[in-house]
Amino acid sequence: MAIEYLGLSEVNGPLVVLEDVKGAFFDEMVEFRMDDGTRKLGRIVEIYEDKAVIQVFEGTESMSLINTHTKLTGHPMEINLSSDILGRTFNGIGQPIDGLGPIISDTKVNVNGLPLNPVTREYPRNYIRTGISAIDGLTTLIRGQKLPIFSGNGLPHDQLAAQIVQQASLGDDTDEQFAIVFAAMGVKYDVAEFFRRTFEESGVSDHVVMYLNLANDPVVERLITPKVALTAAEYLAFERGMHILVILTDITSFAEAMREVSSSKGEIPSRKGYPGYLYSELATLYERAGIVKGGKGSVTQIPILTMPNDDITHPIPDLTGYITEGQIVLDRQLHGQAIYPPINVLPSLSRLMKDGIGEGYTRVDHQDVANQLFSCYAKVGDARALASVIGEDELSPLDKKYLLFGNAFEHEFVGQGPLENRTIIDTLEKGWELLGMLPKEELDRIDTKILDKYYKPTEVKAEV
Amino acid sequence: MNKTGIIYGINGPVIYLKGNTGFKMSEMVYVGEEHLVGEVIGLTKDTTTVQVYEETSGLRPGEKVTATGDAVSVLLGPGILNNIFDGIQRPLSEIAKESGKYISRGMQVDSLDPDKKWDVHLTVSVGDEVSGGTIIAEIPETKSIVHKSMIPPYLRGRIIKTAEDGQYTINDPIVTVQRHDGSEVEVRLAQKWPIRIARPTDKRYPASKPLITGQRILDTLFPIAKGGTAAVPGGFGTGKTMTQHQIAKWSDADIIVYIGCGERGNEMTQVLEEFGELQDPKTGNLLMDRTTLIANTSNMPVAAREASIYTGLTLAEYYRDMGYDVAIMADSTSRWAEALRELSGRLEEMPAEEGFPAYLASRLSAFYERAGMMQNLNGTEGSVSIIGAVSPQGGDFSEPVTQNTKRFVRCFWGLDKSLAYARHFPAIHWLTSYSEYLNDLAPWYKDEVSPKFVDYRNQLLAILNQESSLMEIVKLIGSDVLPDDQKLTLEIARVVRLGFLQQNAFHPEDTCVPMSKQFLMMEVILYLYKKSKALIAMGMPMSILKEDNIFERIIAIKYDVPNDKPEMFEDYKKAVDEFYDKVLEKNA
Repeated sequence: MAIEYLGLSEVNGPLVVLEDVKGAFFDEMVEFRMDDGTRKLGRIVEIYEDKAVIQVFEGTESMSLINTHTKLTGHPMEINLSSDILGRTFNGIGQPIDGLGPIISDTKVNVNGLPLNPVTREYPRNYIRTGISAIDGLTTLIRGQKLPIFSGNGLPHDQLAAQIVQQASLGDDTDEQFAIVFAAMGVKYDVAEFFRRTFEESGVSDHVVMYLNLANDPVVERLITPKVALTAAEYLAFERGMHILVILTDITSFAEAMREVSSSKGEIPSRKGYPGYLYSELATLYERAGIVKGGKGSVTQIPILTMPNDDITHPIPDLTGYITEGQIVLDRQLHGQAIYPPINVLPSLSRLMKDGIGEGYTRVDHQDVANQLFSCYAKVGDARALASVIGEDELSPLDKKYLLFGNAFEHEFVGQGPLENRTIIDTLEKGWELLGMLPKEELDRIDTKILDKYYKPTEVKAEV
Repeated sequence: MNKTGIIYGINGPVIYLKGNTGFKMSEMVYVGEEHLVGEVIGLTKDTTTVQVYEETSGLRPGEKVTATGDAVSVLLGPGILNNIFDGIQRPLSEIAKESGKYISRGMQVDSLDPDKKWDVHLTVSVGDEVSGGTIIAEIPETKSIVHKSMIPPYLRGRIIKTAEDGQYTINDPIVTVQRHDGSEVEVRLAQKWPIRIARPTDKRYPASKPLITGQRILDTLFPIAKGGTAAVPGGFGTGKTMTQHQIAKWSDADIIVYIGCGERGNEMTQVLEEFGELQDPKTGNLLMDRTTLIANTSNMPVAAREASIYTGLTLAEYYRDMGYDVAIMADSTSRWAEALRELSGRLEEMPAEEGFPAYLASRLSAFYERAGMMQNLNGTEGSVSIIGAVSPQGGDFSEPVTQNTKRFVRCFWGLDKSLAYARHFPAIHWLTSYSEYLNDLAPWYKDEVSPKFVDYRNQLLAILNQESSLMEIVKLIGSDVLPDDQKLTLEIARVVRLGFLQQNAFHPEDTCVPMSKQFLMMEVILYLYKKSKALIAMGMPMSILKEDNIFERIIAIKYDVPNDKPEMFEDYKKAVDEFYDKVLEKNA
């Protein structure tokens, strides 16, 4: 029989302090019951002898120093898991909100997870076809990878994520089980609704688990949402052998929530007021992607992150980029030119790409074509800068060719329809077609043999 | 009886014990019922502060903390190579055997296999006078490396008993030493050493030999000496890890200690898989046979991240004492600095720049100063070279970790975002990078490669610097208006960048290039420059020179000339001559 404590000694923002507790442990979950019958959950974040600092998930509204009954649960944050979670919707701390009743299961799992042993990991090598040229061709997504979308407010990152989900999950390997775990942290209702509708329309709803913490839901809850979602993903992947695609949106809200709680705990801030452990916290999320040796399933993560003020050096995208295996960067200028998806390929990168493409995976020329496109497109930037100074007419014939190539690349290779699903061969052929606009001796990143086999000059069209 | 204390407060990885526990600073302790490993980091009359190397979730006040009496140490002996450890030297494969795919807490595993029997060949006999560092036995540890067991530092005396050659475990006594005061000490294959204390040596030598990496931009332009220090700073995606992997694979060090400090789990898996398959170019054995990995991935406990750097360093020093050249790859020192910051924040210390503790600079200098080419206690020569990756926030080199690191390293390989965006790899920028070892190493290059080497290298760098100033003009008015000699400089600089600096890590020939080929490549490029310059001086326009594909052919040398066919360079020189004659003939 658990003891109930009456009253609190301090309420401060999302934190409350309870004194004279016995036998409480660090990270333990506690339950609160107010006099009016409302219940809340909390987690012990600091403990000094008999004084516990508790973070309240649902916010401290209506809590007073005398009306609160507190009960220690004796375990850390756990959720019930079974394959019944597929097709269900939960709130940010894993409680069902779709009215279909609780999940009944013997499997209770600690949401904090444990680090995967590098020895038992399998190095990811299987590429996922997304049908999007800029991703498949230049920043290939690999099963078991964590590849975030760096975006900004007002850019179509949701649409892009939805397209990836639709086209990737319904790929060629129909015999393998797939599922999507969707975690919303502090996103607008419309965004959550957009994803729900998309999943429904593409007929994958039965394979989706949704964890929703919307913009008006309690801030502290957000800190636990991605952990709950990833725990579910790990369970489905490693215990049930499914291939899981996890969409986490929006990491920025998660980090802001962390800053809020950290400042009310009175911790010493580091960059821009974020706590010093922001890196470690983000890492414990992102590192939960991967493949385990001998297992069938995999966890692939696509976190979405809106860069504050489009600034890629802001601590959140910066630290994320150091942990994730690459990034897909969306660009406002491309978006302004109505190019969809507005992926700026130069800062975009997939670290695992090199081992998952080429002969035996995609096609032998894939890496060379990608390198060459990157290198040529980088030169387009120089040519454009020059053109803006001396005027386009004054450019050398070669620089003019680069300008044409750049426009064609943005509109035809990067740009595609929101429902257009290109095969990898289409993408590579498109790449060669564009490279054909440039003279052969400019293509210095391609092995001579491959160049001779695939290169053919393209008729350069007039002004695009 | 070991001293104990009682937990009073818990704040993440930091715990507080009440009262004066009698613990020592830096002492290793076991925390709580689960025996989590921790280290004492602060003592006052009323509280003892302990950092815990494992996740503290579930700990309660009132649980017991037991002191071990020893500082946090590593176990030194055969079995370190071809192995992967966590930040406090627990073998990850043993942990996997006990706890499956996840790393659970309070794992009690032996650092080195206590049951494995090693072939031991004794090199001392009864009556020998020995002192710290004397080699007492040789053990074939892997196919590539002979492990040399040594008398622990500070022990001196006469051997009164030795074991026969044969098979022994790391805990069997091999020799017995009688000190001059009559006391006797049994020496085993395995010995402990505290990680925060540098192992003693006789003296330090100045840098004299380069650490050959097979990477052109490093070996030729910005070389690092054996026993030297280098920093590789760069924003994400610029190729820090790739650079470190390349050096770990191809450098001519005898032993590689690869420390994955706060980085990605998949990267460690990749090193493990790749190095278990790739051949060491020097011995033909597997790369893992000369490598040991320390993995504290970014999701593993932060306190152990701080320790992992020292663990790796101590293992490296141990092999240096045997007379080997060891190279440490620390990826990334910024994560280590951030671990310091995180712990410092938990301790509520007064922060200095950007939240980092004020002692960041002194910790960094203490770390890098443990590198060096040394004369060991036993008279052998060995070296520890440190190559530390730095991950500056926002790719901005003015942040504290990069700036402080710059003060203590002598080689700086600055990675550049715009080069990486253009997929120019290695993305080491030739204008921001430097090496202070060049003068120290000049005699070696003169004797071992060619007397002309340093001169050629300087010419190459001069061309690149001229290009950079010319590009300022080109950006404003375009390249068409430049005079022909400047156009030529740009063209040659392009040849240098594409044909020499750019190196393809995935190409079998180009991934590692011997010094001799690096030199010949430079020579041909400069020869082409000389000949073309002569043509330009005679009034030939650049457009005519460009009609020939000689520039492209020289760029392709890196792929077209195999590393073991230096004689082919003569053909290229002839081709340059033909190009010269042809242009003259046509336009005379």
